Amino acid sequence: MKQMGEMLLRRESFEEIVMGNTALVRAMVASGTRVVSSYPGSPTPEIATAIKTIPDDSRPFYFEFSTNEKVAMEVAYGAAINGHLSTVFFKSVGLNVASDTFVQLNLMNIIGGMVVVLGDDPGANSSQNEQDNRHFARMAYTPVLEPANPSEVYRYYKAAALLSQKHHMPIILRMTTHVCHAKEKVAFDALPDLVFDDAPKFDVRNGPYIPITSLVFPKKRRALANLAAVEAGAEGSSLNRVVDHGNDSRGIITMGLPFLSLMDVLETATKKPDILKLGFVHPIPRKLVLDFLTRHGSVKILEELDDILESDVKKIAYDAGLKTRILGKGDVEAWVGEYTYDKVYDILAGTWPDLLPARGEVDQGVAVPDRPAQMCPGCGHRSAFYAIKKALEKNDITVADIGCHTLGFLPPYEMGQLLMCMGASPGLGAGLSLFNDSRKVVAFMGDSTFFHAGLPGIINAVFNNHNITLILMENGTTAMTGHQETPATGKNVNGVTEAIPVKGVLEGLGIRFIYEVDTYQQEKLTGLVKQAMDDDGFSVVIARHPCMLKFTREQRRKKGYQGKRVAIDQKVCDQNHECLASFGCPSFTRKQDGSVEINADLCIGDGSCIQTCPTSAISPYKP
Amino acid sequence: MDEFNAYLIGVGGQGIGLLSEILIRAADHAGLRVKGVDTHGLAQRGGTVISHLRMGDRVSSPMVPRGKADLVVALEQNEALRGVNTALGRGGVLVYYDTVWQPLGVRLGKTEPVEEEQIRELCQRKGLRLYKVHAPELSEPRMQNIVVLATVSKHGLIPNVLDLHYRRAMEDLLTGEMLTKNMALFDLKSGGN
Repeated sequence: MKQMGEMLLRRESFEEIVMGNTALVRAMVASGTRVVSSYPGSPTPEIATAIKTIPDDSRPFYFEFSTNEKVAMEVAYGAAINGHLSTVFFKSVGLNVASDTFVQLNLMNIIGGMVVVLGDDPGANSSQNEQDNRHFARMAYTPVLEPANPSEVYRYYKAAALLSQKHHMPIILRMTTHVCHAKEKVAFDALPDLVFDDAPKFDVRNGPYIPITSLVFPKKRRALANLAAVEAGAEGSSLNRVVDHGNDSRGIITMGLPFLSLMDVLETATKKPDILKLGFVHPIPRKLVLDFLTRHGSVKILEELDDILESDVKKIAYDAGLKTRILGKGDVEAWVGEYTYDKVYDILAGTWPDLLPARGEVDQGVAVPDRPAQMCPGCGHRSAFYAIKKALEKNDITVADIGCHTLGFLPPYEMGQLLMCMGASPGLGAGLSLFNDSRKVVAFMGDSTFFHAGLPGIINAVFNNHNITLILMENGTTAMTGHQETPATGKNVNGVTEAIPVKGVLEGLGIRFIYEVDTYQQEKLTGLVKQAMDDDGFSVVIARHPCMLKFTREQRRKKGYQGKRVAIDQKVCDQNHECLASFGCPSFTRKQDGSVEINADLCIGDGSCIQTCPTSAISPYKP
Repeated sequence: MDEFNAYLIGVGGQGIGLLSEILIRAADHAGLRVKGVDTHGLAQRGGTVISHLRMGDRVSSPMVPRGKADLVVALEQNEALRGVNTALGRGGVLVYYDTVWQPLGVRLGKTEPVEEEQIRELCQRKGLRLYKVHAPELSEPRMQNIVVLATVSKHGLIPNVLDLHYRRAMEDLLTGEMLTKNMALFDLKSGGN
């Protein structure tokens, strides 16, 4: 078997099929990155998975999952002003959390260099929006490099690291979901000889590092001068490239994954437009763009999400008084969704009707039932929602937070009727409880979120005495993003650490009403939630059960593992369908005749369903 | 080769990740230029998961355009239909493992289940070659993906990619008992040596 960890550290050059997220780690190693921090979030957690394939004692950099993205950003910045090349990575909306620190970084003299790796998510594949983080880059005077595939991820990170070290400023490497997860063969160079000087180099004379009042102005001027210097360097950079089809009437300016879709679409074009593919997407190289505009009669800006590139290009054209026709986003749909082959085909067909052959009618096939993601067999959250629902009145309001338990909004539970972002549920719940004596408010939160951004909302509920109930869904892991440790686990990525008990924290905050129960004790949980909702003031129910996906995977790896499942006694079953329609474990199968069967491929034999059957027809399967 | 597109589809937890990783490495061992992309994140929790696999010198994006697949490999009946709807135009091949992981709406009694007959009819209408795979004797359902892989190999469903390339790919990815068990099953089902 090929060992990824060994490959990532191999001194010689080699080629290997890797995903973008893995290519990034080899680039970190090659660049001499010394400190890396993160908070897990799709599409970036596989960066950490690749890092973890390297044995701890041979990993050439420090790595941690911090409690949230802002802290991760601060750890990376702190390391960088001590002279270390650092990197922080997280998902798109993570930058919202980290922004308070991030927007100041351009003002600082970051002597070690710092790369901010963002996993943006056009198409909202696993995010609550499709925010375009180039807006943040603009606001924070921070350059952005955007690779289109894993080979470019490797090259661009190394370029970003060098640029950051040269200008002592942060550089963003913006990777979108299908760049992070794309796989291809990447040619990796031999590793350079790296010598680390770990002497702490923090010195106020490199600063000042205190941005207040008039001290801000010279720093802002420096940031803008840095940005101009990066732009000047971008003019001749090989990270931007022109695909010359000898077409002087039509050109396209694009970047990232849309460039790849474009190349595929143009395979069928009658006369291919020239393409300017930008690697530097902020600031864009003005002269290069101007030259491209000048050489073409009309230029299409093919840009996923927002019209940032379009605005930049139009400004350049206006200032130069160009006659070139610039074709930007047409309708609202051009702002929405990922620029896949099909999207790009439709956009270009709309822009230049003669460019592409008409596409034939698509056979829509036959209707297939949707398959939304759902809680796994045995999931403690399922037992929790099943039990909690029984404690609520129809009109009560339930507030979800981020995590696997968000899936409770689906039928049959329909619990967690609104969702915002990490840690928002106690605050949202507090607002919903004001002037409201008739509809009780129950908020949910997972344990990783509790530490990430949940505490301020919880403390607020105590501080301002909000009359809501918080249910802490404690499964002992950061489940949705791939089972990373939490501060309550007693372990971090580097080894054993002091566990911070959720309950102990709540007690320390002086919360008067705290209850705890394993969610498989469904009746008890129903009772405790009723009790908590009757309490006058802020109450918390810790609804605990270990993540069963993680547990089952661990069991399967053990020697002599025997799968378990439950069985339904068809003689006892009266087809009341409580198991299907209320408990809703995916292991149950509804047959055409109304009978219910167990899908043996899915059932893990946890038995949490047994108590839900009014006729006691479910029991552990005995071969 | 100019272009060959494979579209893998299944339900989170069925082992589509390993299958796609074997296929991409096998194609590489066969000397093809290959790229692909898998579903990660939340959808893996019991939702539809997709892996795109694209081979050939003319391919740029890792994602298979709608209706442009040459081969759909599905690990489940509903997903087989979904895969054909999304990825296959006229002509091409569908391989699917004959099992049902009932979708939410069907379990709740709110949506009609799909029938096996619908797959046959749709394949006929679109002029697709159909391979239905089933191995009820398997003790470990997570090895259904290997049975499907063996079918792809046995019938040479990816041009230029041969039995030995699939084996080498499995050796790249698996070790110990996992390798032995999966290889033995592959041998048995592909009719190899």
